[in-house]
Amino acid sequence: MADAPTEEPPAVSAARTYVEFDGVYKSYDGATLVVRDLQLDVREGEFLTLLGPSGSGKTTCLMMLAGFEAPSRGAIRIDGQAVENVPPRQRDIGMVFQNYALFPHMTVGENLAFPLEARHLGASQIAERVARALALVRLEGYERRRPGQLSGGQQQRVAIARALVFEPNLVLMDEPLGALDRRLREEMQFEIRRIQRELGVTVVYVTHDQQEAMAMSDRVAVFNAGRIEQVAAPEVLYEEPMRPFVASFIGDNNLLPGRVTSVEGDTCVVAVGEEHINAFPVEPHAVGDEVVLAIRPERVQLAPAAGVYSNELQVQVADMAFLGDHLRVLTEVCGVNFVVKIPNIVGHGGVLAGEAIRLGWTTLDCRALRPDVGLNVES
Amino acid sequence: MALAYRSRFGHTAHVAFCVAVFVFLIAPILVVVPLSFNAEPYFTFTEGMLRFDAEAYSLRWYAQVATDEGWLRALVNSFLIGSCATALATVLGTCAALGLSNPAMPGRPLVMGLLISPMVTPVIISAAGMFFFYSGLGLAQTHIGLILAHAALGTPFVVITVTATLSGFDRNLTRAAASLGAGPWRGFRRVQLPLIAPGVISGALFAFATSFDEVVTVLFMGGLEQRTIPREMWAGIREEISPAILAVATMLIVFALALMGAVEWLRRRGEATA
Repeated sequence: MADAPTEEPPAVSAARTYVEFDGVYKSYDGATLVVRDLQLDVREGEFLTLLGPSGSGKTTCLMMLAGFEAPSRGAIRIDGQAVENVPPRQRDIGMVFQNYALFPHMTVGENLAFPLEARHLGASQIAERVARALALVRLEGYERRRPGQLSGGQQQRVAIARALVFEPNLVLMDEPLGALDRRLREEMQFEIRRIQRELGVTVVYVTHDQQEAMAMSDRVAVFNAGRIEQVAAPEVLYEEPMRPFVASFIGDNNLLPGRVTSVEGDTCVVAVGEEHINAFPVEPHAVGDEVVLAIRPERVQLAPAAGVYSNELQVQVADMAFLGDHLRVLTEVCGVNFVVKIPNIVGHGGVLAGEAIRLGWTTLDCRALRPDVGLNVES
Repeated sequence: MALAYRSRFGHTAHVAFCVAVFVFLIAPILVVVPLSFNAEPYFTFTEGMLRFDAEAYSLRWYAQVATDEGWLRALVNSFLIGSCATALATVLGTCAALGLSNPAMPGRPLVMGLLISPMVTPVIISAAGMFFFYSGLGLAQTHIGLILAHAALGTPFVVITVTATLSGFDRNLTRAAASLGAGPWRGFRRVQLPLIAPGVISGALFAFATSFDEVVTVLFMGGLEQRTIPREMWAGIREEISPAILAVATMLIVFALALMGAVEWLRRRGEATA
C-alpha cells in the first residue's frame, strides 16, 4: 500500500537485513528448549517461510517476533533496533492469525478501521485506507458485513487486509491457510504472493505444508526440534539439502545410512550394507565417517545396459503403483525401502512386481549428508 | 399389552410427579397474586373472591403501598442500595474474573475460593461478622455500609458468570488487538468487553437480585433510614398484618420474572454471537 504508485519495482534485491534473530533460545518451563540457538536474518522485502513439523518451534519464533513471547536468551532486532522492551502494540507489525482472529462483533469495515483508530487517524483518511485495503484483497463492498456472514476464504482476505491496512513494514502470518480447503488454499497462495509483491512488504510466514512453502517463498527456513536445519531458496532446498531431515521433509527422498570408505575429490565411496555407492559429499567427509545418502526417487533410472551410470544396482520389484503422471516402484536396497518414480511418458516401459530390474543414478544425484543431530542433546 | 399398560402407567406417574413438584414450588408464590387484590383486610380467600364477585377484588392495597411513606422510602432504598452494590460488585467481579482467567496468575484456586466464599457462607454468619466489623468503622446503620455489604454478597455471582464467559473467549482476539496497535484499555473496551458483555450483565442482574431480596444483613446493619423492601415486609408481617405486603410481594414477583427474562434473553444472545 505505497502512498503513490511507484514506477520502479520494490527493492527486493537490496538484501538489507530487516529482522535479525541473534542466538535466540526459548524455554517455557525453564527445562526443555523449544527454540535453541536461533540465528536467522530476514531481508527487507522478502517472503521468508518458517517451515517445520508441529512442535518444531516455528510458531514460537513468530510469537517472539510479534512480541507475545519473550526470548529466554539472545536478541531479536527489527530494523537494527533490539525489541525486547517494545510491547506488541508498538512494534508496528501486521499479524494474520491461524483462526483469523477477526473481531466477531464488528463489521468488516470496523475491523479494518480498528488499527487506524488506534493510531488516531481522521475519519476521511480511515475511510479511504479501508476502501483501498478492501480493493487490494478484492472485497470491495463488504464493509458492512460481519465476519460470521463471510466464507472462510473471505474471512482470510479480511484478516490479511486488516494486517496491511496500517501499512506496516513487516507482516507475520501463522498458518493462515490451514483452515481452507485445497483449491481455495492454492488460490490464496497466489493471492498472498501477489499482494506481497505489489506492496514490497517483508513477510514472515509459518506453515507445516512444504508445498505451500515452496510455492510462496523467496527463502525457506526448515525447522526441526527447535533448530533451523537449513535456510535457502526453495529450489536450493530441493536440489541441495544439507541434512537428512531437510532431504526427507522437502519432497521425497530415499535415505540410505552408510559409512565412508574412501574420498577422492568430489566423490566419496560409501558402504551401504554390501554395496559400495559413489556419492557427492556435501561437506568434507573423512574415511570412516557415518553418512546418510539421499537419492531422489525421480533421479533414479531403469538402466538399460551396464556401464551408463556411476551407480548401478540389481534389485527386485516388491510392489508398484500407477499414480497417473508417474509409476511408483517399491524396491529394497540393502534392506532399506527404496522408491523409484518413473514418469508416465511415451516409452517409459512398464515393470511388473517380482521382476528383477537394474537401477542407475549418477554420483551428483546421490548426496552424502552428515546424519541429523540427535534430538534433546545439549541444552 | 401388559408392557404398554406398564409404560403408560409409568408415563402418567412421571407426569404426575413433575406436576406435584411444580405445584409445591410455585403454588405458594402464585397464591399471593390473587390475594393481593383482596377487598378485605384478610390473608384468606373471601367467599366473594371464590365466587369471582368483582366487588370482592380491589386495588386498595396497591394504593396503600403507593401512598405510604414507609413503603416508598423502602422502594427508594432498595433501588439505591441495589444499584450501587451492583455497580461495585460488577466492576470488582469483572476485574477479578479477568485476573483469574490469566494462566500466569499464581494461587488461582485459592483466590477464586476466597471470592466465592460469601456465596457459601451462611448469610447470618457474614451478616453478624460484617455488623461487628462495620460498627468498628462507623459504617453500621449507614447506606454506604449496606452497599458495601451487598456488594460483597453479589460479587461471587459476577465472578462466576464472567469467568464462564471468558472460558469461551478467544485470547487471540486480545493479541490481535495488541498487534493492531491498541493499548490494553482500548483492547479491553472495544474487543473484550463487548464480547463478554452478556456474562457481565447477567452477573450484574444476579448481584442486583441478591441485594434486592436480602433481609438478614439489613436486619443487622440497617437502621430505620436504611429499610429496604424486604426489611419493610418483615416489619409489616410482625407489626401490622396488612395485605399491603401481598401487593408488594406481587410487584416483586413481576419484577423477578422480568429479571429472569432478561438473563435468559442475554444468555441466548450470548450463544448466538459465540
